[in-house]
Amino acid sequence: MALLKAITANRLRDGEVVFLKAEGVWVERLDEAALFEDAAVADTALAAAKAQAERDQYGVDIYAFDLTLKDGRPDPVKARERIRALGPSVRTDLGKQAAA
Amino acid sequence: MNHIAPGRNAGVYNYDEIDRRFVSERVEQFRAQVARRLSGELTEEEFKPLRLMNGLYLQLHAYMLRIAVPYGVLTSRQMRKLAEIGRKYDKGYGHFTTRQNLQFNWIKLEETPEILNELAEVDMHALQTSGNCVRNVTTDQFVGAAKDEVVDGRVYAEILRQWTTLHPEFTYLPRKFKIAIMGSEKDRAAIRIHDVGVFAKRNDKGEIGFAFYAGGGLGRSPFIGKLIREWVPEEDFVAYLEAILRVYNQYGRRDNIYKARIKILVHELGQEKFTAEVEEEFARLRGPKYRLAPEIVAEIRRRFGGPSFEDLPPVSAALEQAKAANEAFARWVAVNVTEHKAPGYAVATVSLKPAGGIPGDATSEQMELVAALADQYSFGEIRVSHAQNLVLAHVKQDDLFALWTALEGAGLGTANVGLIGDIIACPGLDYCALANARSIPLAQAISERFADPARQQLIGELGIKISGCINACGHHHVGAIGILGVDKKGVEFYQITIGGDPTLTTAIGDILGPAVTEHEAVDAIEAIVEVYLANRHDGESFLATLKRVGHGPFKERVYAAH
Repeated sequence: MALLKAITANRLRDGEVVFLKAEGVWVERLDEAALFEDAAVADTALAAAKAQAERDQYGVDIYAFDLTLKDGRPDPVKARERIRALGPSVRTDLGKQAAA
Repeated sequence: MNHIAPGRNAGVYNYDEIDRRFVSERVEQFRAQVARRLSGELTEEEFKPLRLMNGLYLQLHAYMLRIAVPYGVLTSRQMRKLAEIGRKYDKGYGHFTTRQNLQFNWIKLEETPEILNELAEVDMHALQTSGNCVRNVTTDQFVGAAKDEVVDGRVYAEILRQWTTLHPEFTYLPRKFKIAIMGSEKDRAAIRIHDVGVFAKRNDKGEIGFAFYAGGGLGRSPFIGKLIREWVPEEDFVAYLEAILRVYNQYGRRDNIYKARIKILVHELGQEKFTAEVEEEFARLRGPKYRLAPEIVAEIRRRFGGPSFEDLPPVSAALEQAKAANEAFARWVAVNVTEHKAPGYAVATVSLKPAGGIPGDATSEQMELVAALADQYSFGEIRVSHAQNLVLAHVKQDDLFALWTALEGAGLGTANVGLIGDIIACPGLDYCALANARSIPLAQAISERFADPARQQLIGELGIKISGCINACGHHHVGAIGILGVDKKGVEFYQITIGGDPTLTTAIGDILGPAVTEHEAVDAIEAIVEVYLANRHDGESFLATLKRVGHGPFKERVYAAH
């Protein structure tokens, strides 16, 4: 299955996990994130996102991660990113999964 | 201001105006730093070390605030404040750690200055819980209460807190620096896995002195602390520790984070050379300036106050009757209650490890209940143990049944302290940005498998410790059974070690074999326990059986299906 990339950060003021939707636009849910098929395009978007987030004091710890599509929805490859996108696996009443 | 009244609590150090002014000034300093970060005046690179100096980490889901509980001792008022912060600024719960601190997992940066301000109102802070400084000094959770206590370690831990907090030489050490102090015959503070372990004792004349161990630590390269001096007189306590820190500050590596801890320095220099360097520095420092005067020690000791114990018979008839009438209570007393130095009193440990629960987690309601019970039964004082449990240290034996009944009603009456269900586990990949694998689900599955309290008691003392990465916050190296979470191509696996020992006879566990899956891990633990039970002699501990029969039978059984 083809690997895709998404870009994520923690929002500076409250630490909330956010995902890049479009240039300068961040969202809280992975379902709404921009997915990059081309790694070079993802790298360019990442560099721009880092510059924008630092300039606007919006986000920190910005990076790209791998995912695939599962039943048409983004599915992170690594457990770490799945847990960030959902919330703690041991407290399904908390985090983004709680509001799903 | 709404501070704690001096003398109100059994054993919590009473701040004076200097302490309070200092903590308040740090809050205001951090408030300004946060404002400058949010306005863009400070970059993240500039701000990160400042927030870490105030205990604020960025974790997977949000910021995490690690609040200092100096040497693990709290007042009921402080515990209520933690509960309130949990409810107001977090999600209604907190996590007690292996360093006797408390972590909140869902903190907002913009609210942190106000949280710190609220903490300062009850003489609390988040200083020295992060960064390359001397961290919160830990000690025996039974300090000041244990029957086998020789020296009260709280006094010396507090002296170190005051000495290190603003010490200019120790603000930028090569790496973090952890000190543990023990003052009883039995080591309950795991002192030899700390950068410096201090064993407080008395000589034939009754004078207080200290044995110093240096260079212990877990993580990527585990080492057991080496004895570098058998006896340091009380008056030289600070001078000797300063000498150790100076040698570390001078020679510790700053070029490689993996080689920066003092354990590497002691290992590379060798015990003899390291000790010689410390002794040379100590000879230079020793003198009036560094002398710890008896008057200072006496004043610090006075500020802890002390409970006025009633004159009680050593055996409580009410306790004996309650035990005879209630099997579950009798089990809790046998497992969770420890002898107190004062006749008629007992030390009660409140397990934060219910079967299937998250080790060390407590809700705001549970914190408030423990605070209320502390007021009612234990002089308003609570301790946090490095095993992630809470302790009410001065309970009348007559009151134990009422205490247990109240705890049971809130899911806090589990009788498993020191048993297989009393699992130490780090937050792991469910919360921690450094973790490779989850720790908590495995702890939950194991504690559920061994939920039967009678079976746990039959198995006896057996420590399981789980870490979600090689940093070893869950102390897996020194678990009788240790479990380390690893990531293999995106899948969580668990490496099992056996034979670890956190007491003074410290031992690092040996890897049993290839890592297993989460599903296999619980069966593997059960297999290890079965081999132990099948081979043990009467009264023999797990470690003694392992030593006698070797690893073979355990390995054979665990990997039989592979």
